[in-house]
Order: sequence, then C-alpha cells, then structure tokens
Amino acid sequence: MVISIIYLSMFFNLFLGTIKGLTNIQLEEIGCQLILGNTYHLALRPGAELIDELGGLHKFMNWKRALLTDSGGFQMVSLLHLADITEQGVTFQSPVDGKPMLLTPEESIQIQNKIGADIIMALDDVVKTTITGPRIEEAMYRTLRWIDRCISETVGTYNWAAHKRPDVQNLFGIVQGGLDPVLRDICVRGLVDRDLPGYIKQYMLKENIREPTILMNILVIMSSMKANLTSYWDSYAIGGLVGGEDKDSFWRVVAQCTASLPEDKPRYVMGVGYPLDIVVCSALGADMYDCVYPTRTARFGTALVPEGILKLKNRAMANDERPIDLTCSCMVCKNYTRAYLHGLVTKDAMGSQLLSYHNLSYMMRLSKNLHTSIVEGRFPEFVRGFLQTQFPRGDVPEWVCNAMEVAGVDISSCCTPLASWHD
Amino acid sequence: MRFVAAKACAGSRARAGALYIGGNSAAPIETPSLMISTLKGLPAFISRDHLGDLPAPDSHLLHVSPIHFLDCPATKTICTIGGLHQMVGLHDHFFIASPRDSLESLPESDGTNKLGASFETPSGRQLVKPSAYMEMITSLMPNLWASMADEVPAWVSDKRNKTSVDRTLRWLDECINLDLEGGKNVLGFVVGGSSIEERKRCATEVAARNVSGFWIGGFGLGESIEERPALLHAVTDSLPEEKLRLVSGLSLPGVDIIQPFLSTEIAA
Repeated sequence: MVISIIYLSMFFNLFLGTIKGLTNIQLEEIGCQLILGNTYHLALRPGAELIDELGGLHKFMNWKRALLTDSGGFQMVSLLHLADITEQGVTFQSPVDGKPMLLTPEESIQIQNKIGADIIMALDDVVKTTITGPRIEEAMYRTLRWIDRCISETVGTYNWAAHKRPDVQNLFGIVQGGLDPVLRDICVRGLVDRDLPGYIKQYMLKENIREPTILMNILVIMSSMKANLTSYWDSYAIGGLVGGEDKDSFWRVVAQCTASLPEDKPRYVMGVGYPLDIVVCSALGADMYDCVYPTRTARFGTALVPEGILKLKNRAMANDERPIDLTCSCMVCKNYTRAYLHGLVTKDAMGSQLLSYHNLSYMMRLSKNLHTSIVEGRFPEFVRGFLQTQFPRGDVPEWVCNAMEVAGVDISSCCTPLASWHD
Repeated sequence: MRFVAAKACAGSRARAGALYIGGNSAAPIETPSLMISTLKGLPAFISRDHLGDLPAPDSHLLHVSPIHFLDCPATKTICTIGGLHQMVGLHDHFFIASPRDSLESLPESDGTNKLGASFETPSGRQLVKPSAYMEMITSLMPNLWASMADEVPAWVSDKRNKTSVDRTLRWLDECINLDLEGGKNVLGFVVGGSSIEERKRCATEVAARNVSGFWIGGFGLGESIEERPALLHAVTDSLPEEKLRLVSGLSLPGVDIIQPFLSTEIAA
C-alpha cells in the first residue's frame, strides 16, 4: 500500500478561546499551525454571536494561524443528558437552564460560520463503537443525509443552503459506520461521491473531551483546499472510533477507510491519540490527528518521552538532575530538571503548564519527524527506530505488527521471534 | 547589590531610592518597588519564557519562600543543580528570601517555640529551626535573605510579645553565625507586634548588627490599620537611613520594597 501522506498534522484544540497552559506565543514557538475549537463550548461561552461581532475567532483569541471547529455534536453526546437524536437534529438539555434545545446540522454550520474557523465540520450522528445493531446503520445513513443538508441548495421541499462561506471555510465530512466494514464502505463512497476537500475519521474517546488539543502543518493542507473551490466537500473525516473498541478493530477501520478515500485529500482521524497510535495510523495513510492526551496526561504529572512515558511524581524523580528528555530541546528541557518538576507537578499550576509545554513539544516533534522521514524516503526506518525505542525488548503489540504488515512497513527487526510469524 | 536612598519627600517619611541588582541590568530598580510572589521560585501566573515580556528591571525582583522547598528537592540536590537561579532558569532575576508568604507559608505563632518558627503549609504544620532554614538558604543562594523571626498576632500578651522579640534577635545572630558568608546578604528581621516600645527595642538591636538591610515584619496579623503608622514609624525612626527596608503585610511610606499580600490571588 502506498503511503500517500504529503503532510502530517497533529492538532490540539482550544477550550473557550485559549489553550490550557500555553500562550499563543508558546504555541507558535513549538510549531503549532492549527488549533481546534470546540463549537459546543464556544457557543456556550463566549457565544457565537459575540465572536462574530468581534470579528471571528482568529481575532478574538489573537491567533494568526489556522483554526478548525468541530460540529458540536460530540460534546453534546458525551457531556450532556441527551434527550434524543432525531432526523431533525440532536435535542439536548441546555446546561444553562435545563430547557430542551435542538441542534440541527444547519445550525451547527451557521454557528461555525460565525466563529469563522478555516476548517469546519458537518454535524454527524455520533454513535459509540461499543454499541451494536441497527443503530449504527441508522447513524451512518443519517450522517450522509445531514451532510447533504449542510451543502445542498435545496433538498426536497426545504431550502437548506446552510454553509454560507464555502470560499473561506472548508467543510469536512465524517465517515461513520462503527466497526462494520460494509457500512464504513457505504459511507466512504457516499462522501467520495460528494467530492470533499478532506476526510475525517471520527473517534469517540472513552472520556469526555473537555479540553484543548493542538494542530500543526495545516498550512500545506489549507493551500491545497482553498484551491479546490468548486467542490463542496473539502475533506473527509473518519469517525466513530475511540469509544472503547479494541486496538485490533481500531486499526482495521482506519486501514479500510484510508484505502478507499481519495489519496489527494487529507484524512483526519479525530481523537487519536497516543504516539504509538499516531505512528500506526500514519503508516496506514492518515494525515491529521487531534487529542487531549498530551495536556491531560501532563496534569497528572506524566511526561511523554521517546521511550514511552515518564511519571514525574515517582519518588525516583525527586533527586534526578537530568532534564525530562535528553533528546528534547524545548524550553522546559533546556531549563528544568526532573527533580525540580517532581516538586511542582500535581501540586502547582506551573507544573502542569511546564509539563504541557514539553508534552506538546514532543507531539510536534513526533509529527515533524514523521513528516520529514516520509519526505526523505526513510519512513520505515523511522518507524523501526520509534518501535525499538518504545519496545527495547521486542515486545511490540500484535495489533501493531498486523497493522504494519497491511501498511507494508517491515518491522520484523523490532519484534521478538515469537511475535513475528511472517518471513 | 547596592542601594541608594535618594530623595526624601518633604513633609513625609516617604523616600525614593535606587536598587542596583547587578547582572545584566545596568539600570537600577526604582524604589518603592514591589516584589513578585513566587511558588517554588516561579511566579504562579507566568512561565520563565514570558517573564521577559514584563517591564525590566522592575519585574526582576522576586520573592521566594524557602519553606516551599521543605519537602523537595533535597538541599543536596538543589546544591548540585547550582542553586535557585539555575534551578528555575532565572539567572538575571533578583531573589529575596523570607519564610512567610501569603499563600503557602503562613506563620503559626501557637506552634512556634524556642527551637523554631512554625508555619502552616500545604503539607501541614511545619516547625523550622534556624539550622534547617540556613541549610536551605545556603543551597538556594538567594540574592538577599531575611533572618528567621517569631511573628505574633496583635492580641498576644505583652510577655509573649517580648519573647517574640528576644527570639527574633537570637535567631538573627544564629542565622548570621550559620551563614557561610557571615551574613553578607542578610536582612535583619524586625518584629514587636503592637507595642511601640518593643518595636523600638527590636529595631535598635537589629540595627546594631552588621546587616545589609531590614525586613520589617509582624504586620497584617491583627493590628488595626490606625495602629500601623505609629508602629512602623517607631521602627523606621530607629533604623539607619542609608540601608534598604522591606516590609511585608502592608504598604506605608518609609519603606522601599513591599511584599504584596495578594498579588498571586489577583493575578490568578
């Protein structure tokens, strides 16, 4: 399988107009190009109208680079007492006064038009992958119908015409279908027919997403998408994963989607994730990711390092004078020791901030290394190096071995003989 | 460090001055000035890469409480790392250390005894002896440091108040003795509660020692606002004019550097 990744993105999202723990300057410093905003949170506070009046989210938060908003649907499903999902839209209980409210696909797009992000997403009927049965099929078809309402001028007797700014905002559609390859396939074909600028694989996290994740390298994608003005479909998203499914199912769905989605448009896997998952998905042909993991794990005192993780709360760190990561050149690793950070993490806000900074730098570095290794034609070598560092004893998980085989990346040198069953 | 008390304000005790903190900033800090509060040496609201955005050199004055480092890192580790400035990555900043702050190290006079001063900290009540305090000062190497004190609230008995002055003076001598630099950077701590006499006595005794400046404490502990001017004047009238004066717990004319009470809360 040809890996058609031209650019690789890792993005993080913002909460109420700021990244938790980092300033805009720090984000620019670590190379972040694109930030995701949660439409649900932004619409609550400060409100889409206010953001629009003040000139859009870029101006509101003084971020000169790119922004992406999701549809708002996921937060409602995961955060609120959900009343109902009907053909009309998602009804939920307003967190402000408890009254029932309805979010329709059109309204989601209109809110996102006001917020003004460069990339916006259609409301999808999100279903956890742990759910089985006809609900998944219903959700998949409904997602397609809702997408049509976002882009069509007229559907039936209604005049939807929702997306008002296709010239400056790129609309992503989401691939649903649970873990069922047939349903996924139908959804992919449905979206491909609509000729989107890019694709999103929607993942549902086990925990609620309440916080920021960050994006990078999107400028390359942006320029290619802006050129594509004739198509309504700007991009493709692969959705509905990361809801408790096992890793084996997870990579198979990603593989299936990337195999059928057009190669010349970005594929964005929402909610992924752990560095290992990102490397695997990249091998399978995905381009963009978002996750709360680096900042959340920082608040629990865990640092991301090439070997895996480093728990700074651990007593062994109390007198360790090394930086978090000797190979890292971020501001935190240049100035602070594990011993000092040990005293800060989980006790002082500055500890979370500094650790978030390092973790985000790590993710940026990982994305950049993946990108560069692909461009320089040594991606398999990079993957092998990554796996050897993370699994020095050769105990690479089986799902990774299987995924890499499908991806066409030879990692036999990283695995112990027992795990490798192919020559 | 060099301090020049310059122009006095006619008809008032207020005075303008210049504090030369050395390092890369040739320009002095103009006093009266505020210290920025820190938690474990870092301002709570801004990381080191952004500190440079604040006006210099005025924002280079930082307060640090050694009590924050009671649990970790170990003093030996702080030494090997190279001291406070190296540990927090703020080589150009001027740290002034004193035990008390408004958030995480509150003096608890009930727990204080002849052996040491007691503080309420996030890890509970801690008794700090002069020897332990000086061990931390030696490893941290702040630019200036206040000696240990027995700060008592305004409502204690006269006897308790007198004891607090005796202890504070004894601890000042002990700290100077334990200091490897012989008290070169010490700020003599002045207490005395709500008693004009005790304030005068303490100030006079501290002034008799060879100190770099004075830390005027024991305020913000129950005395009324009306009482404060007289108490402060009783102190400053007994101190040499050319030396630096810091105060914690309030701000009034006649002092040069103020430890703000609420800066961290306001900023947060």
